[in-house]
Parts: sequence; structure tokens; C-alpha cells
Amino acid sequence: MTQGDPLQFQCPIPVSERDTVQLAHGGGGRMMRRLIEEMLLPRFLEGRSPTQAGPPHDSAVVELGGAKLAFTTDSFVVSPLFFPGGDIGRLAVFGTVNDLAMAGARPCYLSCSLILEEGTPLATVDRVVSSMQQAAREVPVEIVTGDTKVVDRGKGDGIFINTAGIGLVDREINISPSRVQPGDVILVSGDLGRHGIAILSVREGLEFEGATHSDCASLAGLVRDLLELGSGVHCLRDLTRGGLAAALIEIAEHSQTAFQVEEPAIPVNDTVQAACELLGLDPLFVANEGRLVAIVEKSAAQRALEILHRHGGDFRPAIIGSVGEASRGFVELRNGFGGRRLLDLLSGEQMPRIC
Amino acid sequence: MKYVDEYRDHKAVLAMADAIRRITTIPWKIMEVCGGQTHAIVRFCLDEMLPEQISLIHGPGCPVCVTPVEVIDHAIAIALRPEVILCSFGDMLRVPGSARDLLWVKSAGGDVRIVYSPMDAVQLARAHPDRQVVFFAIGFETTAPANVMAVLQAERLRLENFSVLMSHVLVPPAIRAVLDSPLNVVQGFLAAGHVCTVMGTSDYPAIVEQYRVPIVVTGFEPLDILHGIYLCVRQLEAGEAKLENQYARMVRPEGNLSARAVLDKVLRVVDQKWRGVGTIPQSGWALRPEYEQFDARVRFPVSQRSAEPASPCIAGEILQGHQKPCACPAFGRECTPESPLGAPMVSAEGACAAYYRYRRHRDTPRIGSGQR
Repeated sequence: MTQGDPLQFQCPIPVSERDTVQLAHGGGGRMMRRLIEEMLLPRFLEGRSPTQAGPPHDSAVVELGGAKLAFTTDSFVVSPLFFPGGDIGRLAVFGTVNDLAMAGARPCYLSCSLILEEGTPLATVDRVVSSMQQAAREVPVEIVTGDTKVVDRGKGDGIFINTAGIGLVDREINISPSRVQPGDVILVSGDLGRHGIAILSVREGLEFEGATHSDCASLAGLVRDLLELGSGVHCLRDLTRGGLAAALIEIAEHSQTAFQVEEPAIPVNDTVQAACELLGLDPLFVANEGRLVAIVEKSAAQRALEILHRHGGDFRPAIIGSVGEASRGFVELRNGFGGRRLLDLLSGEQMPRIC
Repeated sequence: MKYVDEYRDHKAVLAMADAIRRITTIPWKIMEVCGGQTHAIVRFCLDEMLPEQISLIHGPGCPVCVTPVEVIDHAIAIALRPEVILCSFGDMLRVPGSARDLLWVKSAGGDVRIVYSPMDAVQLARAHPDRQVVFFAIGFETTAPANVMAVLQAERLRLENFSVLMSHVLVPPAIRAVLDSPLNVVQGFLAAGHVCTVMGTSDYPAIVEQYRVPIVVTGFEPLDILHGIYLCVRQLEAGEAKLENQYARMVRPEGNLSARAVLDKVLRVVDQKWRGVGTIPQSGWALRPEYEQFDARVRFPVSQRSAEPASPCIAGEILQGHQKPCACPAFGRECTPESPLGAPMVSAEGACAAYYRYRRHRDTPRIGSGQR
């Protein structure tokens, strides 16, 4: 079955799981999605038609004073604050910039809210803020407003950062999951899982052969070039928590299409793969901070791949699959020997396996 | 990546599947004992590459799934104590006890931490002399050496605040239990390669001889598993029953002698309860009396008795290979990874979770073909 409909496996009992917030509610999996869909969206989108609200996307795209704006926000609570390949400051700038870029926007302005824990060395704060300044220059984007709060010792983790951002979207650009259609081609901008494994290696004191650096980077320049392909670019999504898997599943479900992904085509570097094999993790679910998935018209696929190569050929960008017809969205992985399996959201975060 | 790529090479894998097809003439039922193998079989769709006559039966080899509910309740009770840091492998945290799981304890304020090695728990005990650090030591023979080394390390460091809550299970008695069952249909076994890496293969000739059943010690990559099936089918077709070692790159007949020596020093074999299966004689390990000071059961005794909650879950039948996950009336309905009714739906190695994760979009599943 490649084009047919999947079985409906709906749980007849209501959400019974838990009556308090669990870490899994922030893990990018099913529990987080339920929290958003069942508690937040019904309240905040009340009175707006589904068309007005649009499909879930990295940024909201709104009309204001004759301009088309992308607007987004993100909070950063990473521990440790500094890790191989980046730090919380770079993440806070690039994360929001990337969310804007995924709507096809040119990032313009960011805000910066710092929540500082009492007792955190000012030198640490200075290092993080300098890093934000540097990252903003690289994009480029301007940080134009902000806020600082201090919480009691023990009630924060050194530094939490929230950034919000706005960007300008050209009139003719329309990038959204709803534009994905059968026949489209799926590309990924580089190898997966570097950020998650880099964080794990420092957080848990695990050492892996070969350095693992986070892929933390701005995708704004890459998206700007991809937009040269005009209306051939249907959907973009940066890969963060939940990894490639969560991004693909969400887009497939919202576009009501069947994604066929060729597992051997998905780039994963040896260090990340080794770490994942060792810990029983699936690299498709591991976090990234500088990779995107692009869903483009078939005729634009080769040119899109060339652009991805121009921006990071070393990261092994690749065409990984295609979009097929279905009345209910899902993602199917095909392995090298013809096996097909469903790619499904996890409940919460991946748990390392016992053996 | 070396030791992975060559065992997932699609040409070699397809050739091995062909070889199995060529030698198979009649139906055979083969059990892979280990949950890691089940996971690989479902993830790589290896069962669908086999001829129709061969059914794979998923065995009880997921240590997380078979950890008894009362042990999980005990871990929860310990973890709720304010002085305790409870350390566990990650996938144990979501397994339901009779009412709650360890993740709930964490959100309720209990200090529950995921560790990657029991040695990390020893380090925590050193770093927090004012706290009681308890390591939830579960697993098959594979994880036991590291768990035992943690106890020996704690002894060497004279740590008075470190203990283990042990629930270790052994593979050979489980194979015997499957064979002794009057409902048994299994005709050949793939034994768990990593278990034999530690323990060697000396337990198996007696089983092979007594039950006239082929046993093939098998690895975990797609090519390993298909090769193990090939060797098993070849024996079955030839009417033979012997022990073969497919995983010779890792497994020596005597196993890892230094690991076995420390296991013998610290542990004794005991009767052990398996969740969903029942008590299997001489199928578990507990600390020897001379290491009692590191036994969390002694340090934190509990009085309440746990009862397995009533549910439509058929985990027991699944763990014994009598049913496939999709035969369960609750599968994918009342029972999902978010609200599991039984442990096989929780652990990544559990058969139900593997089927749920990889297979539930199929409209015409071949899974279950050839099933009793």
C-alpha cells in the first residue's frame, strides 16, 4: 500500500495521561501537540475561521498596514548554556530568524527577553549577549527591544531567553503546508542530529569518537536563495525538537498527503550515527538547529538541490523522497531492501534504551 | 559506519532472504528471544522478506517489559522519599506500575534521573553524600556486569549511600519455560547475541538436546538476523537440532570470563517473576547476602502489595509468543504509547510498541500471517 488510506487507530478514551505538566509536553512529540491543539489553539484562535488561522507553521503571516509580515516567538532553555558549535545566545537569534525564514520572510527585527537566575556570573551573561550580537550581525537582523527579569536562585537554569521576531514577506510568496501536493519532492539541507548529540555529549558527559558540533546556524540566506525558485517552493520547515520526523509528519498530516521517504538517502554523519546506535536513539528524531526540509515542485528539485549545495555542500544536502496522494496524511519510510514502515511521532522525548 | 553498514547492505540482505526462500519447503515457527531483535525485525520489515511459510514469534526478551509491577511500585515508593535520588535507564521511566510510573514521580517532585551507565549512579552517590542514591538495576545478562561493577565500585569506595533495586532476568530459563508450555509452537530459536557475549553458550547444548530444538546465537543487524533465520531453517529442514553461533564476531563459547567471574562473585540465581508471564524457577539474579548492604529492598523495605490492574491487555500471551500485538483487542485503541495498558507498548523494544510505531498505517498487514 503506497497510495491508499491508513487505518484509523483512534483512542476511544479521552486524554487520560497525566494531570500535571510533564517534560514530554515540551518534547516535540504527541503530548506537546495535544497540549497545543487541545488547550491553546481552541482559546487563542476562537472566532477565527480555519482559513484565517491557517495551518500550523513556524511563523504567523499577518497583514498589517498594507505589508505582509511574518511574526514568531521562541524560548530557549538549553542546558548547558555553552556547547560545541554554539551557545544559548546564538540559538536564540538563529531559532527565531529561522522560524521567520520558513514563512519565506526576510527577518528584520528581533526582541530579546532575558530571564536571569540570581547568582549567575555577569561574565556569563555578557558572553551570551555578545554572542547574540555577533549572531544578529551574521544574519543580519536587528535586536531592537527587550526585557530583563531576575528570578530567585534555584528557580532558573542560569539564563532563559525569549526572542520574538518580525520579517517582511513578499506579496507573491506563499509558503505553507497547505501548498504541498502530490508529485512534490522532499529535500533536506544537510545531515541530521548534530545539535541533539552535541548537547547530549556535554550534558551527560558522554564522549564520542570525533567531535560533534551543533549545526546551529541561520537559514535566512539559504531561504533567500531558494526563493529564487519562485512559486516552485511549496513548504519549508526548520528541523528542531522532534527532528526530521516531527517536521515531516506534521506537514504530511496538514497537507493530507502521503510522504514516501527513502531511508538510505537521509544524510547522517558517522559520529551521530554511532552515538545513536550506542544509545538506541533514532537520528530522525534527534534535534537540529540549522537544517531545513524543503518541499518543492518536481521541476524545481534539481535547482533547489544545487542551491542547498552552494550553501553547505559539506553537509550532504539530499533529495530524500516524494509526496503521494492520500486522504489522510502520513509518512512512510522505505529501507534499502524494500521494507516500508510508518514514521510516527513519539509521545515525548526519545529515551535512551537499556541495551 | 563499520559493523553497521556491511550488515545493512541491501544486496547482501536481499541475497540472504533469497537463500532462505530457496531452502524453505514447509512452514516453520521460529522465536527471536530478544526485544532488540524484535525491534530490528519490525523496523527493517525483515519478517516481510521471508517466505510465507516462516513465522517469527516474538519472545519475552524485553527486560523493561517483563519487570514485575511490584518492583516498579517499589521503585516508585523509593523515589518518592525525599532523601533519595533514583537513577534508571531511560525507557524504564514510562512503564506503568499498578497506578503510576516514574515519570509521574519526577513531575511530583521526586528526584528521578536518567543515567546511561550504573557507574554514573555511583558518581552521583559520591557527589551527594547527604542523599541516598538508588540505581534501578534491571536487564538480562547483558547489563548485569556493569550493574555488578557499580556495586563493587561502591564497596571499594565504602559508599554507604548507594544501593541497587535489582530485577535481573536470565534467558536460558525463559527459553525452557517457553518450551515447557503445553501451548508451545516454537520449533527453533534465535538466541540473543549480546547475552551470549557475556555468558557464552554453555547453557544451550542441554536445551538443544533435551528438547530437540535448533538454537542459533544471533546478532542484531538485518543481515545477522536473516543469517540466523537461514541457519535455523537449514537445521529444521534437515531434521537437525544443534547449537550454532551466527554472531561469532562477538560471541565466544566461554563468553566473557572476567564478566562471568564478577557476576558469580556478587549474584546468586533465584526464582524470578516475569511480568505477564509468571514466576519462572531459577530465572533471575539477586545480590548475594554478603552484598546485602547494597540491596535497596533491604534498605527501603515496603509493606504494601501490588496488584496487577485488571485490563484487556494480553501482554502475557504476546510475551510468550502465543499472540501477535495486533491480535490484542486494546492494541492501538485503549492501549497506545501515550496511555499504555501493558509494558510491551512502552519500551522501544516491546513488541506492541514496535508494531504500533512502524506498522499501524497498513490496511492489509501481512504481520500475523502464519500465526496460530
